[in-house]
Amino acid sequence: MQFAFTEEQLAITEAAREMLVDTCQPTDLRKMLEGGQALDEARWNTIRDMGLTGMCAPESAGGLGLGLIDLVGIAEAAGYVALPEPLIELAGVAVPLLTELEDNRGWLARTIGGEVVAVGHPANPFVADADIAGALLLDHGGEVHLVERDAVELVREEGFDPFRRLFRVDWTPDEATKVADGWSRTADRAALLAAAQMIGLGQRCIDMAVAYAKDRNQFGKPIGSYQAVKHLCSTAQVKIEFARPVVQAAAAELEMDSLPARARIAHAKIVAGEAADLAARTSVQVHGAMGFTWEVDVHFFLKRAHALRQAWGTPAEHVQTVIERIRTEPSGADCTFASELG
Amino acid sequence: MKLEYTEDQRAFRREVREWMDANVPQGPLPSFDLTREGFEAHRDWERKLNEGCWGMVTWPEEYGGRGLDLIRWLIFEEEYYRANAPTRVNQNGIFLLGPTMMEFGTDEQKARFLPRMAAGDDIWAQAWSEPGAGSDLAGVRSTCARDGDHYVLNGQKIWSSRAVFADWAFGLFREPGSERHQGMSLILFPLEAEGVTRRPIARLDGELVFAEIFLDNVRVPASDRLGGEGEGWKVCMATAGFERGLMLRSPARYQEAAKKLIALYERHRNELPASTAERVARCWMDAEAYALALYAMCSRLEAGGTIGPESSTNKIFWSELDIELHQAALDILGPRAELMGTAPDAGDIGGWLDGYIFSLAGPIYAGSNEIQRNIIAERMLGLPRK
Repeated sequence: MQFAFTEEQLAITEAAREMLVDTCQPTDLRKMLEGGQALDEARWNTIRDMGLTGMCAPESAGGLGLGLIDLVGIAEAAGYVALPEPLIELAGVAVPLLTELEDNRGWLARTIGGEVVAVGHPANPFVADADIAGALLLDHGGEVHLVERDAVELVREEGFDPFRRLFRVDWTPDEATKVADGWSRTADRAALLAAAQMIGLGQRCIDMAVAYAKDRNQFGKPIGSYQAVKHLCSTAQVKIEFARPVVQAAAAELEMDSLPARARIAHAKIVAGEAADLAARTSVQVHGAMGFTWEVDVHFFLKRAHALRQAWGTPAEHVQTVIERIRTEPSGADCTFASELG
Repeated sequence: MKLEYTEDQRAFRREVREWMDANVPQGPLPSFDLTREGFEAHRDWERKLNEGCWGMVTWPEEYGGRGLDLIRWLIFEEEYYRANAPTRVNQNGIFLLGPTMMEFGTDEQKARFLPRMAAGDDIWAQAWSEPGAGSDLAGVRSTCARDGDHYVLNGQKIWSSRAVFADWAFGLFREPGSERHQGMSLILFPLEAEGVTRRPIARLDGELVFAEIFLDNVRVPASDRLGGEGEGWKVCMATAGFERGLMLRSPARYQEAAKKLIALYERHRNELPASTAERVARCWMDAEAYALALYAMCSRLEAGGTIGPESSTNKIFWSELDIELHQAALDILGPRAELMGTAPDAGDIGGWLDGYIFSLAGPIYAGSNEIQRNIIAERMLGLPRK
């Protein structure tokens, strides 16, 4: 029993985190918005050159042969910076699915090389990042189809988060585009990684609130010295502290593919979503009227958290999985880990 | 990251389970707070645990422990609560004072007190709070005046759980004339000593669960001071870390309560609205989250890490979870939930109500949750003290 990351996992996570924090500050996000950019090419090239896009692809295919447990800390960091590029969706969702296909039609190699494959899973009505994708994995009655970008028509659906580029996809399935009978663990992987991103988003919101509360003076002293403000921040931080280990456990147990393992993912998605939501609202509150403006950066993180909370299974859907687990599998102090349950 | 027990850890779990199955008393023991008889029944259980070398599994063997790591401590606790074993009457000793003595005690003190503590021969009470010093613990007024190789203790302590029948107390005193965090010492004193008067205090349901302690010129040897003279505050803060953080509340108790809540829900499911399932799922999730967080914390400690202000996040989380769990059960029981356990038609309600009453104290003792939120804000997040 070892509930801790290895030295290697910590090292790769820290390297990725540093790069993301260095290159993706809110001022960078604003520049991208002004320029109408979907991705920052320099950063995307760095991400690719660090091997992050192919982290979870087998070494034989040119990847690093790692698993989602190795990616979960990077997903948290991607949330922390509200990363506009679809690194996590690509590395943790599209790549594992492409890896499982009998014939990925060359797209596994191309995604490792930095091309985007967008994922149109039935859990989500609209497809994110479809406009910058070279190909799309789309659903047709539960089957997976791999469709080239020029074979579909896209209708932009404006979202609250300007960096979530959402599209309705109009396309015609045929036998030739079908690549799998089902989506395998795609929804579980994506829900878990959304949860990990929400932990990072929540932490960023708290960090911003704390920085502002130290700086902003009212009644002659920093507002962060008042208990009312301290307690808002502490309460949100407690939520994050008790959601993060759930996300990590869910990542470690994902491969078991049992009901307890799936319920842990559902649990992670629910509590990470609540922690991010509380942290974002707390941050707005601590910033006062400024928190409600475009000028202060909190909204970037609030918007991403808002989107991810509903993506890849709503809280109401995930709680049903948890209910099924507690009603059909043993519970109690000796039943914490999926490995202890049949 | 390997969330799987080793074969050795599994074998350890089996060993604990077998011992508990063979030794845990059938049915609940009488309350340790109401009568000497109930208190002694719990002491007997502590002695039996000690005979099996289960008094405190993480302690070194020379002090009556097994020298085990924290993962095995978690496993032991899981089996302890799974077996429905009695509440530890000596929890103030084994969970709070014991670890503090391990860190600050002299070899003589450790040899003298720890084996007796592990064996239940000395049951301990905490004597910190005073009528004028609750959340602001640095406001204690009780004094320890040095007189040669003795201290003379005077003052009043309050909210001391188990103190009515306990043998010893560990108290926070100050040098006469000293102020705030300076001049304080942690001093061990027998509750039977001349000049000590104990008066029970009734809890809101009338149960006498804690006590006031009056000290009137109580003489104790200076060698019964724990830690340096004037360093009482530092020693207390270490104890408080254990109290809030780790030892006092292992996750097993909440996971077993969640398991009972699920069973209660299943028995009453046909009478309940669909939303109850979500409520029960929520309690289970929070109990599990606490367990996962403590596995992570124990793994970190085993790798040489330390606990800092995280102990305050723990304290807030478990105290709120405890209320949620019991409130959910009472809401399932509906109009019958107001019955005391002694009512003719109470059935299995009593345990839930009693647990609920106890849970109401959780956000207050071991440092109120408001103080914990200040600690998190100032020491974890770095917000200014003033």
